[in-house]
Formats: sequence, C-alpha cells, structure tokens
Amino acid sequence: MGNYLMAFLIGGLFCVVGQLLFDLTPLTPGHILSGFTVAGGILGGLGVYDKLIEFAGAGALLPISSFGNSLAKGAMSEAARSGILGVLTGMFELTSTGITAAIIFAFFMALVFNPKG
Amino acid sequence: MSQEKSDHNEELLLDEKWLNDWNKQKKPRPPLFKNVVSAFLAGGTVCLLGQLILNLFLYLGVPEKQAGNPTVATVIFIAAILTGLGVFDKISRIAGAGLAVPVTGFANSVTSMAIEFKREGLVLGTGSKMFGLAGSVIVFGVVTAFIVGLISAIAP
Repeated sequence: MGNYLMAFLIGGLFCVVGQLLFDLTPLTPGHILSGFTVAGGILGGLGVYDKLIEFAGAGALLPISSFGNSLAKGAMSEAARSGILGVLTGMFELTSTGITAAIIFAFFMALVFNPKG
Repeated sequence: MSQEKSDHNEELLLDEKWLNDWNKQKKPRPPLFKNVVSAFLAGGTVCLLGQLILNLFLYLGVPEKQAGNPTVATVIFIAAILTGLGVFDKISRIAGAGLAVPVTGFANSVTSMAIEFKREGLVLGTGSKMFGLAGSVIVFGVVTAFIVGLISAIAP
C-alpha cells in the first residue's frame, strides 16, 4: 500500500492545494478543511479515493479528505449490508479510531498542560 | 465625504506607484512561492513519516485493510503531544498547510482548544469547546457521507 516516494509526493501535493487556497482565497482554514472533507466524501462515494490510497498510501490516508472518504465508505458499506438504516449505523464505523484518539489524547493533554498566558 | 474619497484615491495612486517601484527592484521571492514550497515539503514529510508508521504496523502483522486506523491514531497522538509542548505551533508557522491539511491539523485544533479552554473548566471549557474548530470538519463530512450513503443505498 503505497511507497515512501509516492506518500511524500502525493501528501505534499494535497498540502500545496491547501496552501494555495489559504493564500489566494479569502476562505478561512475552517472552510478549506471542511471543503477537503466534503471533496473526500464525494470522491469516496465515486470509489476514486480508495484507488488513490492504494497508490499513495499514507500520502492519501493522512490528509483530512481521507476522513470524508472513510465516513462515506462506512455509510455506504453498512447500507449495502443492512439496508438504508445502515447509512446511520455505519457512518462512524471506519472513522471511530480517529475521533476517539483525538478526544482521548486531547483530553489527557489538557489534564497535563496548562494554557499559556 | 468627497474630500475623504479623493484623499483615499491619492493614497491608492501613491500605493500603486510605490508598488511599481517595488516591482522594478530586484525583489525577493514572493511569500506565496515560499509558502507553497514549505507546505509541500512539510506535508510530504508528515505523509512520509505516516508511511513509515503504516509500514511498521504492516510489518507487525496488522492486516492491510486495517493498518490505516492505528497509523492515523499514532499520528494524532504525536500531533497532540507536540501541541501540548508548544512545538506544533512553531513548526506550523513555517509549514502552513503542510501541517494543517493532514490529520495533524485536526489533532492540533482539538488539542489546542482542549488546553486553551481548560481555564473555563474541564466540563464547560475542555469538554464543550474541544471541537470548536474541528467540529465543522466532522459536521460537513457527516452530511456529505449521509447524502452519498443515501444515494448509494437507493441507486447502487
């Protein structure tokens, strides 16, 4: 699943797109990163994003668009397995690791570190 | 009002003249170029390290389809620690989108909000403000995935 060169190049390109949007548009980072996630979800629905991950490994897995892809894939695969309610039950099937990790680590960091100033 | 306007125009003209002079000089590379190169190198490096972690999990026998999960969790862990130590912000000032676009940016925004709002308490601050920035990514991701999932369920 991917190699180092492809991970570097594709991951770098994702960030170049982000930087161009940061610098050349009036959009806030919140808008842009949400946009990445939406784009990842749509590409995931079309089955394109998984091919990109196969090709670029972590270069496509780590950009936040991958989060949108995982959400869409979870919803789609559970819907295919157990009908339309699967859209709800499968939504976080693949992304629960990332969200749980973010909550747990952020919480413990907040216990350990104090705000500056 | 009209006086103000003409003053403003003059100012604009001056600015334009200054800009033209400045353009004629041998100028340093525009910051856009520098920003884009930094973002490329930093983002590429994050993903390269991610690939290293991914390969490590594959080497440890995690099946290929599931190896992405612990990789993302590890990267989130590293970003959270660097945020707590105050290192993340320093790197991020140079790296720009290179750290913001990968999941490191997500982890950083959640962790920095969690720490920053600790002063309002663990429940009302850390607990409720943690997703103050990253929440929009989750909401719009879920809404998109919901629509995509519905379409796939109705018209496979």
